[in-house]
Amino acid sequence: MDTLFLFIKAFVVGGLICDIGQLLIMRTKLTNARILVIFVVSGVVLTALGLYKPLVDFAGAGATVPLTGFGYSLAMGAIEAVNRYGFWGAFVGGVTRTAAGITAAVVFGLLNALIFKPHAKP
Amino acid sequence: MSRLPFTPDEYGEIVSKLTPPSRHLRGYLRAFWVGGVICVLGQALTLWAETLSLGETTAPMFTTSVLVFLGTTLTGIGVYDRIGKYAGAGSAIPVTGFANSVAAPAIEFQREGAITGVGARLFTLAGPVLAYGIAASVLVGIVYWLIRGWVL
Repeated sequence: MDTLFLFIKAFVVGGLICDIGQLLIMRTKLTNARILVIFVVSGVVLTALGLYKPLVDFAGAGATVPLTGFGYSLAMGAIEAVNRYGFWGAFVGGVTRTAAGITAAVVFGLLNALIFKPHAKP
Repeated sequence: MSRLPFTPDEYGEIVSKLTPPSRHLRGYLRAFWVGGVICVLGQALTLWAETLSLGETTAPMFTTSVLVFLGTTLTGIGVYDRIGKYAGAGSAIPVTGFANSVAAPAIEFQREGAITGVGARLFTLAGPVLAYGIAASVLVGIVYWLIRGWVL
């Protein structure tokens, strides 16, 4: 039952965060790249203000899987690394915490370009 | 010359007023359920990672890497762009969409070669995201360091 509730929370919160993006697509003339940048930077800022962690504690993957969650990892990494290493932690923490995601995207992206041929746009 | 009853601007206004809100509603519903399902998949992977007894730091890495792998692979076989056409932000906002934004231009610009084609185009969308995201995190770290020094 608890597990089911966990999935429902992830579904609803994740869906709502995506709908904020959908709102930006339909109501503004912002390009996709701008919307993605806005989401990541919002995640960083909300985390720094202490507003995003409660959402992560509540919704789990519903809050960490959207790009705001990438911003959350960047900011949490920077803060934790400052606690551990002092000033230079600010330069280390963000990328360290997100290294797996970034590396996976680059490596799998490269492999994809080696294996697959371009498709016609749907 | 017959006179039109409306100027083109007035006509556009009338059309947008009479367009049923259902088209917008449909967009939100699609983004909601597709985005929600991707997050549920992420939650399932996180629970799976716990049974594999991965640590608190490695479990999120596992989840993200698997989602990124799915995103790039579905892009490679041409499925993710179809999902994107249906779901809009529902597939663009989750981390699988970030993976798609890395893989899609790299595949598309293969013809321009391994360096300026694939290598550079990997970052057409990821570049700005990483640049501003990382810069913001450094700023947060420095501000936190200053405040911490002030208080202690």
